[in-house]
Amino acid sequence: MKSHTRFFQCLASSLILISSAIFAQTPDQATAPDALIKMVVTEVMAAVKADPDIQKGNIPKIVDLVEKKIVPYTDMRRTTEMAMGPNWKKATPEQQAQLVTEFKNLLIRTYSGALSQLRDQTVQFKALRAAPDDKEVVVKTVVIGRGDPVPLDYRLEKTANGWKVYDMNIMGVWLVEAYRNQFANQISQNGVEGLVKFLQERNKQLATAKSAN
Amino acid sequence: MIFWVAKFQRKMKQLTLLGCAAVLIACASIPSGVEPSPHDPWEPFNRSVFEFNEGLDTYLLKPVVAGYRFVLPEFLREGIYNFFSNYGDLYTALFNLLQGKPDYAFNDLMRVVVNTTMGLGGLIDLATPGGLEKHKEDWGQTLGVWGVPAGPYVVLPFFGPSNVRDTFGTVADLESDYLFSIMPNVALRNSITGLRVVNARNTYYEAGDLLDGAAIDKYSFMRDAYIQRREYQINEGRDDEEPLMPVYENPYQ
Repeated sequence: MKSHTRFFQCLASSLILISSAIFAQTPDQATAPDALIKMVVTEVMAAVKADPDIQKGNIPKIVDLVEKKIVPYTDMRRTTEMAMGPNWKKATPEQQAQLVTEFKNLLIRTYSGALSQLRDQTVQFKALRAAPDDKEVVVKTVVIGRGDPVPLDYRLEKTANGWKVYDMNIMGVWLVEAYRNQFANQISQNGVEGLVKFLQERNKQLATAKSAN
Repeated sequence: MIFWVAKFQRKMKQLTLLGCAAVLIACASIPSGVEPSPHDPWEPFNRSVFEFNEGLDTYLLKPVVAGYRFVLPEFLREGIYNFFSNYGDLYTALFNLLQGKPDYAFNDLMRVVVNTTMGLGGLIDLATPGGLEKHKEDWGQTLGVWGVPAGPYVVLPFFGPSNVRDTFGTVADLESDYLFSIMPNVALRNSITGLRVVNARNTYYEAGDLLDGAAIDKYSFMRDAYIQRREYQINEGRDDEEPLMPVYENPYQ
């Protein structure tokens, strides 16, 4: 009888161990921001390096990878909202939804293009400088490979569904900052509708240009 | 503006004249409805130079670099890149010393020592995998660290995005560059300069295409990115370094 109990105790504890080992692979709501970035980046880089199709520049396949592995940990609505600034309020809810979708697609395409060039680069993760109760943090990384090292920082906010990336800094340039004037200029020339159309057109062009290769 | 043109003409008279001619011909203006940026009071002028540079890149530089990539195998292009990178590290070491960052300067000097000896004169970069981080500094950044304000944004013919401070920085960079202005053999000097330009453009061959795809208005994209990037580079490596976070708390919400 006694040995039975012990057996079940062992079984139960080993099951817990195994399951925690499995779940450690996928970040959840409680994952710290720096750990989250490390997991996602490591996983995506491994996937890219292991896939000869992606290395050859199969963009649809990379886009698929980005959609599955990266987009769930981003808050593209916030990104779009911040890049729009005061103009966000001028857009109707439908336009807002369109803008989020189109801007997301543009960024995914650009990011996928960058990923397809990944070869023997490694990523260095810097120690997180943040207080435990911070709602916003910047996770700093450096991509090291051929050419000059590329600093790549992620800005995350704490949401009910865990940490979400909403801005990126590439070599010192914040993405949202870099789009602010561009959005504002397009809107002052052609209105919010003009910006939506522009982004739709651009995404269509990029999709056809890439599939032609 | 007049001042930098004058300073420029000494060294690169023909080039500047070419650029000015292009400005006169192109005469681009700000697209209607675009809010003028406080950093960019000379936008109409800058946009014309930008158009000139874009044309030069599309019809001359990029095709040449495409040929360079076609002819030379990757390991050779990498060797060339490493060679110029190693040469630049020597200057970076000096700039870091001038900027009061002796630890960075020592790191850079060690890079040069390692790569010049074991890396076969700089053709192989052994320092980076060995843990010696690569830095890149120039006169403009050094002046910035000393507290010289950036001044208005300027697009230079051939050199691209700049500002008043960095224009002086670029002139000083060229003046103090051994391979560009001090080396006695002029023919060799010119060939090296040509190779350097091609090598520099080659480093962002793919990235340039990505930028074209991502940009809504390439001019203001490059301008805003340049202004942010220079700020970042100047604050880099300071002890009190805080992540430069733009405040996005929207006052309009």
